[in-house]
Amino acid sequence: MRDVAVIGVGMNKWGELWEKSLRQVFTEAALLALDDAGVDKVDSLIVGCMSSGLFVGQEHLSSLLADYLGQVPVPAARVESACASGGLALRMGFIEVASGISDVVLVGGVEKMTDVSGHEATFALGTAADQEYECFHGLTFPGLYALMARAHMEKYGTTREQLAMVAVKNHSNGSLNPLAQYPFKVSIETVLNSVMVADPLRILDCSPITDGAAALVLCPVELAKKFKKPVVRIVASGMATDAIALSSRQDITWIESTYQAAKRAYAMAGKKPEDIDLIEVHDCFTIAEICVMEALGLVEKGKGGQAVQDGLTSLQGKVPVNASGGLKAKGHPVGATGVAQAVEIVKQLRGEAGPRQVKDAKIGLTQNMGGSGGSSVVHIFERD
Amino acid sequence: MPTPSRYWREIPQRYRLEAGKCKNCGFIAFPPRLVCPRCQSRAFETIILADAGKIVSYTIIRVPPKPFSDQAPYAVGIVDLDDGVRLTGQIVECAFEELKIGKRVKIEFRKVYEEGEAGVIYYGYKFVPE
Amino acid sequence: MEGIIGYGACIPRNRIKVEEIAKVWGADAPSYRKGLLVEEKSVPSPDQDTITMSVEASKCALKRAGIDPKEIGAVYIGSESHPYAVKPSGTVLAEAIGATPEVHTADLEFACKAGTEGMFVALSLVKAGAIKYGLAVGADTSQGAPGDALEYTAAAGAAAYIFGREKVVAEALETYSYTTDTPDFWRREYQYYPQHGGRFTGEPAYFKHITGAAKGIMEKSGLKPADFQYVIFHQPNGKFPFRVGEMLGFAKKQIEPGWLVNKLGNTYSGSSPLGLTATLDISQPGDLILIVSYGSGAGSDAFIFKVTERINEVRDLAPKTRELLEKNKNYLEYGTYAKFRHKIRKAE
Repeated sequence: MRDVAVIGVGMNKWGELWEKSLRQVFTEAALLALDDAGVDKVDSLIVGCMSSGLFVGQEHLSSLLADYLGQVPVPAARVESACASGGLALRMGFIEVASGISDVVLVGGVEKMTDVSGHEATFALGTAADQEYECFHGLTFPGLYALMARAHMEKYGTTREQLAMVAVKNHSNGSLNPLAQYPFKVSIETVLNSVMVADPLRILDCSPITDGAAALVLCPVELAKKFKKPVVRIVASGMATDAIALSSRQDITWIESTYQAAKRAYAMAGKKPEDIDLIEVHDCFTIAEICVMEALGLVEKGKGGQAVQDGLTSLQGKVPVNASGGLKAKGHPVGATGVAQAVEIVKQLRGEAGPRQVKDAKIGLTQNMGGSGGSSVVHIFERD
Repeated sequence: MPTPSRYWREIPQRYRLEAGKCKNCGFIAFPPRLVCPRCQSRAFETIILADAGKIVSYTIIRVPPKPFSDQAPYAVGIVDLDDGVRLTGQIVECAFEELKIGKRVKIEFRKVYEEGEAGVIYYGYKFVPE
Repeated sequence: MEGIIGYGACIPRNRIKVEEIAKVWGADAPSYRKGLLVEEKSVPSPDQDTITMSVEASKCALKRAGIDPKEIGAVYIGSESHPYAVKPSGTVLAEAIGATPEVHTADLEFACKAGTEGMFVALSLVKAGAIKYGLAVGADTSQGAPGDALEYTAAAGAAAYIFGREKVVAEALETYSYTTDTPDFWRREYQYYPQHGGRFTGEPAYFKHITGAAKGIMEKSGLKPADFQYVIFHQPNGKFPFRVGEMLGFAKKQIEPGWLVNKLGNTYSGSSPLGLTATLDISQPGDLILIVSYGSGAGSDAFIFKVTERINEVRDLAPKTRELLEKNKNYLEYGTYAKFRHKIRKAE
């Protein structure tokens, strides 16, 4: 197995991009990554996208995007794991380089969500849940996480305010990110008074509907030294599945797939949670960030809320979580999220994060998750 | 939302709560499946789930999916049935203030939703206070 | 001898009081209360309909009958509010209780007597030896036009009966049907609410057919009103059952146990069948019970049942009807009631 490096990153501004089609959104971000790396031709393309079929009636993205990127006849694949599609694409790209099958691989993630009505978007997102035994009964995505939130609050005493603090922190970070969909701060009061979506979660506990893309260029470390940017290695890739229905889990306050994926990643990298300097996690809802912190082993089970309150994960804290603004402020174009998390970590490890820069960031971790925890992908990055 | 064939296929589960019990380790699969996730055995027998249990967690959906727009706000929860199986379903005939984790509920046959004025009517299980 | 081997009831938990309805239409509540002898009625939740109530009532009947549902040879739902115009309600019920696929099913309608029609057919099939057990349900989620007199009484409920030859709870001694063509109450296809003939629905309709059936069955069986412990008549309002009882020579106390309408409203196809379930709940072995239904259009079905010892073993196996009537009530105000009953016109 070869060591893998990230030599190029690219991400466009996220939001409701009315003027841009899916192919355009993707190509822009991919070109930014290729330019950042100084590469014109790639050996393979992996794209993460959850639901282009439902959102824009388009499948066969591998070839469509390879063509629009001017890379045909490059081998290409589109992968899907609900909201972990981007992270999975990164994992597949990593495996291609590590195995020696390809040298230069472009990993991209994209989602175009605004060409359908809110109801249709909600339906498309709901396909990450169990269609016949969760969605059939009127459960929604926010509803699933609301069930987790209420159980977490009952079992561990996590408070409504602590959930709001996650949103406040991520918006504070996002206000420093020019590419974020919502680059502005919010106060706890604003979060607590925002409209209720599924008790106890309010609209400001939920990540938005976004158009956007992100991309990375990977290559083996020996080759990386020839490129212009500081070498950042991917030292681990861990993935795990779990039943997709929340009612199948033993403990609905615990995300087992993240725990398992992280365990594999830590083992592969020879690292422990304490070694990590900063993390990008999948805060599709505020409660998710809290549960993920626990599953990653950052804090003890049940102590996630308190840790946020104590500032452990703020930009100035011991382990900054979601310096980019997270899904909450940065946006959540589903298939792109997992890739964008890696873009942020790489920028941070290179020292390119500007006002969001975490001091002495040497080892970073990304955690991307599908549905209510049916799949999790964890990657660990280290600066050379 | 289901097509007639997808709805019909799940009728034994939706109407009668038919599940599969692993003959080897006793794991109960609802809906039934081909391989036991616990012991990988392929031998199952058909059983009927218990019809009462307690609430594990609940929420009140206020922003509903389109087919449920007339019903919102409504409560949905996960219930631990008395035989150990967990089910997701709406909790009805209960004031929102009375919902709590641990509350005992039982299963009733109810309309889940219908495809407008002209479409199929979908029936299934819901929970009511015991 | 064949008869009822299991019975069950389902009554929705919501109620609306006569005063609440009268308030909205500017009507005089006390005079409606007094004139109809009705205080409140049941209102189905939006997720309840004739099918769901039939399933719940049938499950209770199965608990009392203690049989394997696969042995049920016929399933009938009688209603004037079947959820589909075309697609049977009975098949959903048959699937839900596990009687399929070897079962005969039909949906029946005859205004308020569709329930007893199903009972008549199921019982007759058992009597003829064609089936081992038969299930018949009378269920309705009746609609009353807003502001019309019927709005005060149109209610929802279901009663289920399983007939068989062994472990009989109440032997079916006699049946009798009295039918004429009498247009007292009707609803044309695609019309949302029914229409009725006002006072014409009294003497030439309700009273003529109930007395015709009651007298007919008593003559056929050689019994007199005093021979019966209990009698149940169709209950379109609180007064008619007592008046027809008096006309026939029955005493108030024979009618009272099965008289649910003052707290329940008129559950149409469920009306006399539910009255019978409430009566069975308090009956004793040896009691003779007469039930006479009435369906507009018009006709009455009459049955004479004799309660057996087995009533003591089964009555507590499922909720009693008066318990369902009195417990866990949820009172609605008119707006919620109108929303639940789809009386508010919404955008497409």
